[in-house]
Amino acid sequence: MTTKQDKKGVSRRSVLKGAAATAGAAIGSGAITGFPTIWAQNIKDVTLRQFGTGVSNLNDVAQKVKEDLGFTLEMTALDSDAVTQRAATQPGSFDIADIEYWICKKVWPTGNLQAMDTSKIKNYDKIVGIFKSGKLTPESEIAQGTAPHTVGFVDGPGGTSFASEETGWMTLIPTIYNADTLGIRPDLIGRPIESWTELLNPEFKGKASILDISSIGIMDAAMVCEAMGEIQYGDKGNMTREEIDKTMAIFTEAKKSGQFRAFWKTFDESVNLMASGEVVIQSMWSPAITAVKSRGIPCVYQPLKEGYRSWGGGIGLSSNLSGLELEAAYEYINWYLSGWVGGYLMRQGYYSAVPETSKEFMSENEWGYWFEGKEATDDITSPTGDKLATAGDTRDGGSFYDRMGAVACWNAVMDENQYMVRKWNEFIAA
Amino acid sequence: MSDHSQTTAAKTTSAPLQRRTMQGLPDAVSGWLLSLPLSLVLLFFLVLPIVMIVIVSFWGATEFSIYPAFQFDNYEFLLTSPVTYSVFLNTIKYAVITWAITLVLGFTIAYFLAFHIRSLTWQIVLFLLCTIPFWTSNIIRMISWIPFLGRNGLANSTLISWGVIDEPLEWLLFSDFSVILAFVHLYTLFMVVPIFNTMMRIDKSLIEAAYDNGATGFQTLTNVIVPLAKPGMMIGSIFVVTLVMGDFITVRFMSGSQKANVGRLISNDIALLQYPSAAATAVILLITVLIVIAILLRFVDIRKEL
Repeated sequence: MTTKQDKKGVSRRSVLKGAAATAGAAIGSGAITGFPTIWAQNIKDVTLRQFGTGVSNLNDVAQKVKEDLGFTLEMTALDSDAVTQRAATQPGSFDIADIEYWICKKVWPTGNLQAMDTSKIKNYDKIVGIFKSGKLTPESEIAQGTAPHTVGFVDGPGGTSFASEETGWMTLIPTIYNADTLGIRPDLIGRPIESWTELLNPEFKGKASILDISSIGIMDAAMVCEAMGEIQYGDKGNMTREEIDKTMAIFTEAKKSGQFRAFWKTFDESVNLMASGEVVIQSMWSPAITAVKSRGIPCVYQPLKEGYRSWGGGIGLSSNLSGLELEAAYEYINWYLSGWVGGYLMRQGYYSAVPETSKEFMSENEWGYWFEGKEATDDITSPTGDKLATAGDTRDGGSFYDRMGAVACWNAVMDENQYMVRKWNEFIAA
Repeated sequence: MSDHSQTTAAKTTSAPLQRRTMQGLPDAVSGWLLSLPLSLVLLFFLVLPIVMIVIVSFWGATEFSIYPAFQFDNYEFLLTSPVTYSVFLNTIKYAVITWAITLVLGFTIAYFLAFHIRSLTWQIVLFLLCTIPFWTSNIIRMISWIPFLGRNGLANSTLISWGVIDEPLEWLLFSDFSVILAFVHLYTLFMVVPIFNTMMRIDKSLIEAAYDNGATGFQTLTNVIVPLAKPGMMIGSIFVVTLVMGDFITVRFMSGSQKANVGRLISNDIALLQYPSAAATAVILLITVLIVIAILLRFVDIRKEL
């Protein structure tokens, strides 16, 4: 208990230091862009409206922004469909969009977002390679699907088409990402699970589930079909009609024979299906595993030999932002990448775009467990205080480089998206 | 029967008639004025939105936007897809089964309340008891079935401990059974209320007359009570059928997203920003529901009976 309080003390002090530094930077950048220094006081009146998926729209972040930066951040959490809808159709309703990269591909052409000048992003150089060149390490191969770097840059401030390399104008500032796989109940399965094919294994008839969000569900389905050796995809993130037909045919057959217990659409549904034992193997998100575990029920985020399906989110700025509010938004982005949020998210099992700054906001034990894949030396708790692991546990899938290095494809929007959606609807109705 | 109700109707309308002529405003004018507020509300909140939906159903859509056009693509895709037919069939199946069960339940409960409970106080008390579940949201009432019916839920563990079954029953949850169970649970009251209402207005002397003429209890039921309760049954039926046909959330939760009805098709389209396609489906659904109601109204002339 005392050690925990010590840790808290340390982080609070370093936060204050960080805040002082950002405040200094704020005054500096204000001077450069020609704003009168008065704005440092005005910024308190600024309110930025952010919306996004539940994963990173955390009230703790809004509170911390008020503390560190002084302005107000209003958060709205929606599901990914609603997020897309809002970003595309209600540009006046938000200042900051916290969206996923595949949503960006869909929404950017509407012109509702504006490109960001990377020279104003202090930690730009430290952002991991996945979001810039697409490569985690110089030797990495680029995974299939809508890899973040392919929709991460545009040619200039008003650019509407994506650039293939770093241009200095970013569409989204990456904030959070992870590698997804299947979740299993090891106690109810009782044997090792190694491949995506297990999702359709008749052994788990009536005890499997997959998520009913077409653009993500189809990818999980594709991982399964490819692992079964039934289909060879050119690009799982951009299937042809024929590939979609074949994939859905395999899954429709499985559905008709009663393979699936249910499909889920929201985070809570996936947690309940797993925790109640209705389902023993299903597509799942990392914090959902954590939620099941925190009820004292064994649940593993099983690494599979075919690799992970990955996703990444970032912050985009509304094209309506200008002047003081735009400056505040840049301020917010710089703060976001400066470590506190990163540490917070990494302690939930996500990854931060700038891991090195997050390290300062995590204990050595936490950093070792979450990032380096080492054995925990002490209890691991979530930011909200739930115990997630005890000394001796290691993270499912290992270190950051093991996990993010084994990404097989990224969440994507296909060229044949409309066709895919119709086929997916048929699958659900079948 | 109809003679009787017409005479009472004539009696009740004659009083306001006299008053109106005394005020000196022509009937036509005051009639229009009286109906104006409701007409305006209906115009703005019912007619205009429906017109809008019909218009949009001919528009086109891209990934992220809709554009005005006059094309039949949405309808063409909808009416040529086998999925549409199976989904509509499924929707009608849910509606018919739910309707039949709620009608039997609703009639029985209303009959009990209206004819077996003698004192008005107890009638009111028991009627209010029926409405208690409505103090919570219908989503909560629906979701609370899930842990009850689940594989390791209360129903299965009880049955196993009684030795009735050895293996948990899988079809209790995430099946047509659970969907219809939830529908019946949610909507039976919509049947009880109008039937109870019409039954309470049945002149007790008619039942005495039937009894005096030597009718058995069952004959009284089929020849006196059922015909007189028809308007209530019909109103309840319209409630239940339209609610079930327009529902999407119950089907989604109780079938674990495994079954589809028309409402889910529409909600999926909306989620994917395919508003024109959603609008086209909504128009077809609206037409179907109107046809169903028209058929129901063929059986009973509600206007005459009220």
